[in-house]
Amino acid sequence: MARRGWGGALRTIGHRLLILGFTGFAIFPFYWMAVTAFKQNADLYVGASNTAHNPFIFNRPPTLEHLQILFGTTLYPTWLFNTLWVGGLVVAITLLLGVPAAYSLARLTGRWGEHLSIAIFLTYLIPSTLLFIPFSRLVALLGLQNQLWALVLIYPTFTVPFCTWLLMGFLKTLPKEIEESAMVDGCSRMSAIVRVVLPLAVPGLLTAVIFALTLTIQEFVYSLTFISSVSRMTVSVGVPVALVRGDVYYWGSLMAACLITSVPLALLYNFFLDRFIAGFTVGAIK
Amino acid sequence: MTTTEIALATPSRSRGASLSRRDIRLGEILLAPALAYIFLLVAVPFLLAVFLSLTNSSAGSLQFSFVGLQNFRAVLGSPVFRRALWNTFVFTFVSQFLVMVLGNILARALMKPFRGKLLVRFLILLPWAAPISLATLGWLWIFDSTFSVINWMLKVVGWLGPGQWYYWLGDPVLGMVAIITVHVWRMLPFSTVILLAGLTSIPKEIHEAADIDGAGPLSKTFQITIPMMLPILTVAILFGVVFTFTDMSVVYLLTRGGPYNSTHVLASLAFQDGVLGGDVGRGAAEAIFLVPLLVLMAVVMLRISRRAEVV
Repeated sequence: MARRGWGGALRTIGHRLLILGFTGFAIFPFYWMAVTAFKQNADLYVGASNTAHNPFIFNRPPTLEHLQILFGTTLYPTWLFNTLWVGGLVVAITLLLGVPAAYSLARLTGRWGEHLSIAIFLTYLIPSTLLFIPFSRLVALLGLQNQLWALVLIYPTFTVPFCTWLLMGFLKTLPKEIEESAMVDGCSRMSAIVRVVLPLAVPGLLTAVIFALTLTIQEFVYSLTFISSVSRMTVSVGVPVALVRGDVYYWGSLMAACLITSVPLALLYNFFLDRFIAGFTVGAIK
Repeated sequence: MTTTEIALATPSRSRGASLSRRDIRLGEILLAPALAYIFLLVAVPFLLAVFLSLTNSSAGSLQFSFVGLQNFRAVLGSPVFRRALWNTFVFTFVSQFLVMVLGNILARALMKPFRGKLLVRFLILLPWAAPISLATLGWLWIFDSTFSVINWMLKVVGWLGPGQWYYWLGDPVLGMVAIITVHVWRMLPFSTVILLAGLTSIPKEIHEAADIDGAGPLSKTFQITIPMMLPILTVAILFGVVFTFTDMSVVYLLTRGGPYNSTHVLASLAFQDGVLGGDVGRGAAEAIFLVPLLVLMAVVMLRISRRAEVV
């Protein structure tokens, strides 16, 4: 590593500036949300043509007014609850369908299992924007319009393929010998799975839970298509669609809602990032 | 999951021959519910989308009749649709090109050790982790017609003179710039972490061996890094293209396709016609135009996975 002298110092400075630039680009909207969420309206709505007023800083003392409005007078808490309610059910369905399928693909199927697992993963590429039209017919047919059950029914279409793929990759890293030795000791395969494999697979299961949940919280298109009552909306639709009254935007409360919803998700993602990457790159990294 | 774990697990993966009949039966039983669900709620709706595009079906009534290719003919004759088709490719191509260039620079910068790397990784990941609709809302405020902070900065540095103003979301060209900016901002973290995983997976020994053989930085880039990164590069591009090509959230929330339908993409136009406008057949036909590129991407994906198996 030749990082000596002026050349090295310049390169280090260049490197730090590069990192700083990218980080600034990435977090600027969140910084902007945070500043907006705590500014007084008189400080917020000045107009960008007034160059004497610096919008980056608090020109008046910060206020909690927007947060009080968000939690006190809007349906934001209800939307949070709706989102978590759908999320919980979707996670349950995803595990119920995904775990057995992943085990089967990892252990009990031969060559065709490998092809099948790729086919299952490819269904993750089919976008919501292609399926929302047929789903709107299906939802109408089942009488689920404007009900959260419609989302519970449909969200597993993207969580099941992704989580099955993730779990399959994880289960393949567990040595086969664990359940084989349990089976030699007289267990059936099913009880070996339940008693030996699943406890060892807890980190993988946790990853699947986190991603099923975050994908559900992030989903926008289906929720926008199927839920029309404001009180039944999820966070990702309620905030952009129903927090805006007529043409009046409550930017302070809006930005507070965006920030409060996004940051916990980002923390979760960061924590499980390596497994997430592995889910996308299995096969491409050797 | 590390690559070494995968490598260790590979030798014992020679299965198939050792599976008993009972195991195969159990495997089918365990797989059946997930497959049935995917068949009923992905495959069947997909076919239904194709079917609906051939009908005059509309929202609010379950009656329809076959109209053949009439929807497709109508759609192709519409300037709004042709504009949306063009926009979809421009958005996807430009934003993915920028994401790949910037992502490679950023991933290489993140390879070097420096203090606060974990914090930087967390911050850089924020745009990807935030729900897309809420992140776009943040940008909607940044691009606001009266309070845009970008305009404030341009005023301060003197780029915008007195009386000059940018209406970011009220102008076809600036609207496209805004939409592409948001796409690049959102996809950059995703591509960067995938490229980073690819870069770290190249064993150090290969670079050391090349150094001993007297390879320069240029020939190392072209003969080692790029060939070894190719599969992972393809994966990053593939998902980036699919996620951008099929997205409607950014356009829907920023410009609603306006002004005068000039910034629509296929997906947002299909939503506008098929869901809001109630013309299900037309909306389905518009969405079907997403399929050829998706099929192409799927084929590329299959090729990579096959090659990875062979290598």
